[in-house]
Amino acid sequence: MLLQSTIKNAALLGLFAVITTGLVAFTNTATKEKIKEAKHIAHGKALLEILPSGLHNNKLLDDHMKINHPLLAHKSAQDAFFARVDGEPHAIIIPASAPEGYGGAIELIVGITYSGTITGVRVIPPHSETPGLGDKVEIVKSDWILGFNGKSLENTADRYWKVKKDGGKFDQLTGATITPRAIVKSVFNTLKYFEHNKEQLFRDSASLRDKSEYPVILMEPT
Amino acid sequence: MPTYSNIVKDGLWNKNVATVQVLGLCPLLAVTGSVVNAIGLGLATTAVLVGSNTLVSIIRTQVNDAIRLPVFVMIIAALTTCTEFIMQAYTFELYQVLGIFIPLIVTNCCILGRADGFARKNPVLPSLIDGLMMGLGFMIILILLGAFREILGQGTLFSNMDLLFGDTAATWEVKFLDNFPGILFLALPPGAFFGLGLIIALKNIIDDKADEIREQNAAPADIGSKRVRVTGHIS
Repeated sequence: MLLQSTIKNAALLGLFAVITTGLVAFTNTATKEKIKEAKHIAHGKALLEILPSGLHNNKLLDDHMKINHPLLAHKSAQDAFFARVDGEPHAIIIPASAPEGYGGAIELIVGITYSGTITGVRVIPPHSETPGLGDKVEIVKSDWILGFNGKSLENTADRYWKVKKDGGKFDQLTGATITPRAIVKSVFNTLKYFEHNKEQLFRDSASLRDKSEYPVILMEPT
Repeated sequence: MPTYSNIVKDGLWNKNVATVQVLGLCPLLAVTGSVVNAIGLGLATTAVLVGSNTLVSIIRTQVNDAIRLPVFVMIIAALTTCTEFIMQAYTFELYQVLGIFIPLIVTNCCILGRADGFARKNPVLPSLIDGLMMGLGFMIILILLGAFREILGQGTLFSNMDLLFGDTAATWEVKFLDNFPGILFLALPPGAFFGLGLIIALKNIIDDKADEIREQNAAPADIGSKRVRVTGHIS
């Protein structure tokens, strides 16, 4: 009697598990393409936001190469995007990681002109910074991140690549210092990386543009 | 079976999820930093509530007490996941802003509470209306709290509405004071506790006043009937 009702309940529970899983699977299939598209649009939008189309006439989103370097601090190589005008190097979008964020690593993209001036920085979600405080580094929540625009190693001396609290040139956020500190440091490192490797980056990416594969290029620390 | 007008009143006022049942505090406190966040979470929660109440009501005769809770949880989890997919597909940026609090709708006690407390015992249509009204009641409090904290915490109202309503909504933002520094306390989670406390207090005051008025209105009628004191019936 007991066994019988147990079996019946288990079967019923199993049936509901199948139905609900089916519902999730169906929605997943129905929205998969749309989500992929939305992500792609969001990514492309972020890329074009920090590198206005006036700065290049190649297909920015297709001209990419995986890179990594201790200064960029990625766990695995990420795509950099190359902006060219008539094939000549003009600007780049470098993916960087700020490992010292309050809630772990924060992924960034940094747009830099070939001469080394920042055209824009964006935080790539997801990250684990405190909602309402550290997450103001996102462009959708505050315009703090725009403070990097126009900065370069030339117009901002090394010792000023810090938040104001530490004697630098960059605002901290009310209630959150660690997050901006991590990002400022990461952007600074990215600029240094680009300064030392820009010729090679553009040469390597140009030479494999026509190939279908994008090999990982690991460079020695400078 | 409760009447529809009672269901509406319960959902929006008498048994309001946020101010009376005080359920779903975690998302309520965390995402009410602005009106757009409040609306986004409110809509998602309402969608899950309506869906789960309806489904639970449909299957209410099939499940027995031994397995009803796991079944309800499965339904709620599945619906939340579906909502998450749909938000990702159509309001990707808002989904990114709300982040973890969309999947956390599963753990919002009010949803399991309505499934077990109402939908399990009532036909489909009343359950659907109950889910809708409970969700709306929750959303209204979310929006009030979001507006309160956005105005005092950031000095704006309806900022970033384009995340939810498309590009035309980008101009809806109202800025009250230039260079308003914002009251940090209200932008932080403690400010949400504070704001919710104020809203609950306000609701209780209104309830008390309503009771008083009802008593006052009832009083003359009583006096009237007692004008003649009798021990027997007067024809």
